[in-house]
Amino acid sequence: MTNWQQSRAARDSRIEAGAKVARGKIVDAADATRLLEAVLRPGDRVCLEGDNQKQADLLSAALLAVDVAKVHDLHMVQSGVVLPDHLDLYDRGVAKKLDYAYSGPQSSRIATMLFGGKIELGAVHTYLELFARYFIDLTPNVALIAAVSADRDGNLYTGPNTEDTPTVVEATAFKDGIVIAQVNEIVDKVPRVDIPGDRVNFVVQSDKPFFVEPLFTRDPASITETQILTAMLAIKGIYAPYGVKRLNHGIGFSTAAIELLLPTYGEKLGLKGKIASHFALNPHPALIPAIESGWVEQIHSFGSEVGMENYIRARSDVYFTGADGSLRSNRALCQVAGLYACDMFIGSTLQIDLQGNSSTVTTSRIAGFGGAPNMGSDPRGRRHPSDPWLQAGKEADPQGSPLLRRGRKLVVQIGETFGDKNVPLFVDKLDALVLAEKLKLDLAPVMIYGDDVTHIVTEEGIANLLLCRDAAEREQAIRGVAGYTEVGRGRDVKAVQHLRERGVIRRPEDLGIDPLDADRSMLAARSIKDLVHWSGGLYAPPSQFRNW
Amino acid sequence: MEDLSFRHTARHRAAGSKNMAIIGVVASGNLEVLVERILPDGECVIEIKTAAEGFSDVWTAVVADFVDRHAAGGLKFSINDGGARPDTVSLRLAQAVRLMQEDEQ
Repeated sequence: MTNWQQSRAARDSRIEAGAKVARGKIVDAADATRLLEAVLRPGDRVCLEGDNQKQADLLSAALLAVDVAKVHDLHMVQSGVVLPDHLDLYDRGVAKKLDYAYSGPQSSRIATMLFGGKIELGAVHTYLELFARYFIDLTPNVALIAAVSADRDGNLYTGPNTEDTPTVVEATAFKDGIVIAQVNEIVDKVPRVDIPGDRVNFVVQSDKPFFVEPLFTRDPASITETQILTAMLAIKGIYAPYGVKRLNHGIGFSTAAIELLLPTYGEKLGLKGKIASHFALNPHPALIPAIESGWVEQIHSFGSEVGMENYIRARSDVYFTGADGSLRSNRALCQVAGLYACDMFIGSTLQIDLQGNSSTVTTSRIAGFGGAPNMGSDPRGRRHPSDPWLQAGKEADPQGSPLLRRGRKLVVQIGETFGDKNVPLFVDKLDALVLAEKLKLDLAPVMIYGDDVTHIVTEEGIANLLLCRDAAEREQAIRGVAGYTEVGRGRDVKAVQHLRERGVIRRPEDLGIDPLDADRSMLAARSIKDLVHWSGGLYAPPSQFRNW
Repeated sequence: MEDLSFRHTARHRAAGSKNMAIIGVVASGNLEVLVERILPDGECVIEIKTAAEGFSDVWTAVVADFVDRHAAGGLKFSINDGGARPDTVSLRLAQAVRLMQEDEQ
């Protein structure tokens, strides 16, 4: 007779093996490696929780220390490869294969290890894709997660940084997997239940809080006049005419400049209440002045941001909070919100080619995708109308039947024509293509495809790609805002002039903007300290951002 | 270091009566511009000392656009460049012209 419950039996025997080093569900930190040796099997799919913010760092170190005779050749399925330990696993032979989404700080080493064949790469995903695959063909056998506190039944409080945890646990616990949580403390009663205890098999108390990176803090003191100019162009040339209320911002300085110009320049243009009121966004400190000035109605967040906890708690009309008062973030749901309920994504990139494809990959760094490709793409499954979406659809297809014409999400790439060290933003060929050829990948790691991009904004002006009717026009529109880069100097001057007459390219003067007005005095906050003042002392910036 | 010099015919005399102005700082990624009203109304000269070599094509383009877009006749610009990006150069040159329009103190 067929046994239809083999994986349940396997789960039970793993729990039984793990229980030998536990008291109930609780395991001493010193026994974490023994627990993993008891529970893991060679070749297991393992989700080691780590994304661009919080890290299950104790469990990561414990996994690195396992006896490789017992545990080896693991297939890691994790959203972030962030800690050095995450890659040491491959050097030691604990892990063999990797499917991931983001690798910010390890982007250089991961490239080296991929070239050297140290890691067998499944694929580089977006967050949402990897989460989706957790439920189809990459379901973890074991999930190693991080939370703030647990009670003895395993109920978990994840605090403001809930992030990926509910998704990881859902996929693992309901498909006969094992969930092991590291927590900062064990308490009698958790402040709120983010993960119910019957989905958690073991709890390890860490001797220090899990690591969280303040990834979304941009010091206003570093914002340049050129970034202010591009921000003014975006507000007056895109936010205002489309009336964009629901949106997602990237994490660069140009979008931080936009956030800091809303209460000043935006106010002057009379845009309050007409733009930028609903966000899918992490708790960016740079948005504090706009929130305090009454611009923002609601923000749903992927994760939290170090130092913003008390401010969020005090502004629960704006943020999503639990019954305990602290932020509840959820990466998967916020990604869905950004994909389907936002009319615009605006963010920076490292390279844009002549078709408008963009990438943050360079030949020596594979940073992964994170969430940008989902935020920065036109969702073909969208069905609800909104003014910006319909307007963009009309510009792309003016002859189409209004009742049958698809709307378009506004996907805006914003940046300066030259980046750090005078490296041009615009290139003939993306480094991502060179890399794909070198690694023999089936697919070049393109962050945002050109056919999804609707606008490119630089200090030279705005290129509206929706209004371009063929590839040649797109190319000249892109060259037309590429300034003094080689791509920009290679423009057809007459064609660009013609595009400008049609409003495809709009220069600062076409929008009534004098570049000499782009002054730092226009920023609502010019330093981190200003942000603290705006917040009434509720924002507590991490030490690396304090100079007082 | 590289020295570059450009002499252009200017369509319009620079407005204002100020004789000299200075803007910007010599720092990495920035530049200092000294501007003097010492030339005939139909001429504009831009002299550059730059720390970044090999960018003369870019300078040629930036300077040509500047003279085309602004009334800079009669002005001589002396630039100390710390490897500024073209957008910063254009901005400082435009700021220098505006300073010359202000009334003499």
